[in-house]
Amino acid sequence: MSPLANYAEQFAATATAGGAEGPAWLPALRQRAFDRFHALGFPTTRNEDWHFTSVTPIAERRFKTLKPAPTALTGADVAPFLIDPSWHRLVFVNGQFEPGLSQFAGLPAEVHVSTLAEALRERPEWVQAHLGSLAAFDDAAFTALNTAFVQDGVVVHVPVEETVDTPLHILHVIDAQAQGAAIHPRLLVVADRASAITVVEQFVELGASEHLVNAVAEIVVADGARVAHYKLQREGSAAYHVGTVQATQGRDAAFHSFSFAEGAALSRTNIYTKLHGVNGEARLNGLYLIDGNQHADHQTFVEHIAEACASRELYKGILDGSSHGVFNGKVYVDPEAQKTDGKQTNKALLLSEQARVDTKPQLEIFADDVKCTHGATVGRLDAMPLFYLKSRGISAENAKALLTYAFAAEVLETIEVDTLRLELERAVFARFTHTALE
Amino acid sequence: MSASIESLVNKEYAYGFVTDIESDTIPPGLSEATIRLISAKKEEPEWLLDWRLKAFRRWQTMTEPRWPNVTYDPIDYQAHTYYSAPKSVKPLQSLDEVDPELLKTYEKLGISLTEQKRLSGVAVDAIFDSVSVGTTMKSELAKAGVIFCSFGEAVREHPELVQKYLGSVVPYSDNFFAALNSAVFSDGSFVYVPKGVTCPLDLSTYFRINAANTGQFERTLIVADEGASVSYLEGCTAPKRDEHQLHAAVVEIVALDRATVKYSTVQNWYAGDSEGKGGIYNFVTKRGKALTGAKISWTQVETGSAITWKYPSVILQGDDSVGEFYSVAVVNGAQQADTGTKMIHIGRNTRSTIISKGISAGRGQNSYRGQVKVLPKAAGARNYTQCDSMLIGNRCGAHTFPYIEVANNSATLEHEASTSKIGEDQIFYCKARGLNAEHAISLIVAGFCKEVFKELPMEFALEAQQLLGISLEGSVG
Repeated sequence: MSPLANYAEQFAATATAGGAEGPAWLPALRQRAFDRFHALGFPTTRNEDWHFTSVTPIAERRFKTLKPAPTALTGADVAPFLIDPSWHRLVFVNGQFEPGLSQFAGLPAEVHVSTLAEALRERPEWVQAHLGSLAAFDDAAFTALNTAFVQDGVVVHVPVEETVDTPLHILHVIDAQAQGAAIHPRLLVVADRASAITVVEQFVELGASEHLVNAVAEIVVADGARVAHYKLQREGSAAYHVGTVQATQGRDAAFHSFSFAEGAALSRTNIYTKLHGVNGEARLNGLYLIDGNQHADHQTFVEHIAEACASRELYKGILDGSSHGVFNGKVYVDPEAQKTDGKQTNKALLLSEQARVDTKPQLEIFADDVKCTHGATVGRLDAMPLFYLKSRGISAENAKALLTYAFAAEVLETIEVDTLRLELERAVFARFTHTALE
Repeated sequence: MSASIESLVNKEYAYGFVTDIESDTIPPGLSEATIRLISAKKEEPEWLLDWRLKAFRRWQTMTEPRWPNVTYDPIDYQAHTYYSAPKSVKPLQSLDEVDPELLKTYEKLGISLTEQKRLSGVAVDAIFDSVSVGTTMKSELAKAGVIFCSFGEAVREHPELVQKYLGSVVPYSDNFFAALNSAVFSDGSFVYVPKGVTCPLDLSTYFRINAANTGQFERTLIVADEGASVSYLEGCTAPKRDEHQLHAAVVEIVALDRATVKYSTVQNWYAGDSEGKGGIYNFVTKRGKALTGAKISWTQVETGSAITWKYPSVILQGDDSVGEFYSVAVVNGAQQADTGTKMIHIGRNTRSTIISKGISAGRGQNSYRGQVKVLPKAAGARNYTQCDSMLIGNRCGAHTFPYIEVANNSATLEHEASTSKIGEDQIFYCKARGLNAEHAISLIVAGFCKEVFKELPMEFALEAQQLLGISLEGSVG
């Protein structure tokens, strides 16, 4: 059975089963998305956006849609993944919402946080207006696939001038039950004028299953609003992960994105934002740490549509073993987007001889009064600092570990949520020094 | 931006005249018969005809590349003429036999072959439409053992060298336009510098398209034997015509162990009018192969052509080999350029430097596209890339598409790119010091391009600077 036939069969099955629930417009959207996916097929390396990443391993595995099943996981099982237990959290196990493990009571009454399933029941028109409005699937096969198969997810609506003080934690736990499964989580965040929220989306694994997570997030940052989105991809080494974050920003709006990726055999993370209003600010940072035969691909796209917006990007990768890292960062400046200030930096550190990296920082500029730069470096640890540390009595091994950590720390320092920054600093420090950070 | 820049006069393309000269032109169209005809006219040996036919058959199976960031109407390959030669061309004994009309043309272009011979110490091979019309300073070169002649002559006089190196860097199957060139190339220049010889003169080729609806497909082959060194300059112009003309050249450079080749281009093909009517499609494949300790350096100033599509590249095959690319590309009016380089690091401790300066004005679109590839065995490879863009006006575009592919962790790569504008404040500053707007712009642009111009031989550097001034005149600020 061809990959497409596999998904066609499953699509037919879900359409007649649980997928028929929800408002009447939903099956039509799913059908359009599926038709588009079927027409596009999985991308090949002949597609410029996928030039360095072959998704053949995903295409040739016949991932199945999971049937709803009760989970055996308890609060104790997921406790290690709670970065801060005081945060409001929604926990999903293998894509299925687990109310027993979640805790998000006590949010301001005006702020809407619910599962997608609930929002479809309670405010179908509102969901219809936003779902799929940003994450276009005309040219994006994985987004089309997600839209066709989407079952559940999270919907967040922060009304005008409302600020959510503590981060909202969306925890996706994948366990052994997900062996051979495709999970298509969805996130929709709408931050109205002058509101603010921080969302931490985390993908972790208990046990080691071979599965596909194909996530899509849509984030609307209205005039003067501030949204921070942290994505932590820490799945097992047999996992496949494809994720797209698509944001749109209004006037004076700020969107801060951080992607941390250390899991999955093959991962692809797309972070896209469009600066539609003047004076907007976008900050896209990321860190990936890979080893063995892992493949991690990040693609960022910042579209400066309006005047006087600033974008800042810092992506770093640390590669060991025979791993393969890809970074493709595009900055587009529309003819109307005068006074654009764009800066992009991409650095890769190769720890082993077999590791390889492909990077493609792109600028497409159609306005003249702009300041845009990008820089990319690839290399191993610098000999001079290593020598300096060794001359102060630090062993070669420790010196290497410290400098590797320091390389990562530059980008971790940009995390504005203290507990999260500490959590990741500890994890990265332990990874390279094999000791705990005090 | 404003009136001060806007008010600059729009200078006409100075080289747009047509020379009225009788030509031996074959009918338009492309088939095996065309290739046999070209080959027969050039009295070529059997092996070369076979090579051309192989290339043609391969070309027929290929499709035109669509990935460059340029747009143009489909090219009708059957409407072009693939061979046009000034009629009076016979095997020439000396320059005195060259048609005086032709010599006048070159004089208008500022290259007087006869003067050149005496004064400048630069040996010139001039290519008019499809054939080489005269090579100067031959005897001086011969004393050093340097072979510098037209491609046709090289095929007759030095077939073993041509056969050995032709297609060794750019195989006929390389890409669509290289295959087309391999099938129909008419003439070009051939250089061979023997072992240990430093070429006593700078070598130079001047290309001129004159006939209408004619494509120019020249082929240049430069071989620098072990320890040899040569500097080669190339310049190009064409008359103003309303139709687009195709220029699909191939340049191959072979730098054997410890050889040094420096290749400089000032490209000023007719760019078409401001609406994009007419102009040359400049689709060129240029590549060098550097063996152990060898160095290949490309310097280009691209101001002409309706569309430029070229990536002078270096295959750093030998250990310790060096590749350099210095480029200034200017687009104005409706010009489009997609240009850059490829540095393929194969040998150990190979080094490459890329400095690219793009200037966009009018409605021009300028793209830098470059690849730096470090293969697993290229331990200690080093690359530094800097590509800067300057925009003049808000209807133009500047784009950067670098591909950095590293498969060896001892390699060190740095890539920097920036885009900025030529500012009213900079111009104001210059004006406050007594310069007029025109001088101010040319000063600012010259400063922006300084790193590249300093790589050019002196007389070329001056020409390039003037050319840049002319290209940018009338650009809407």
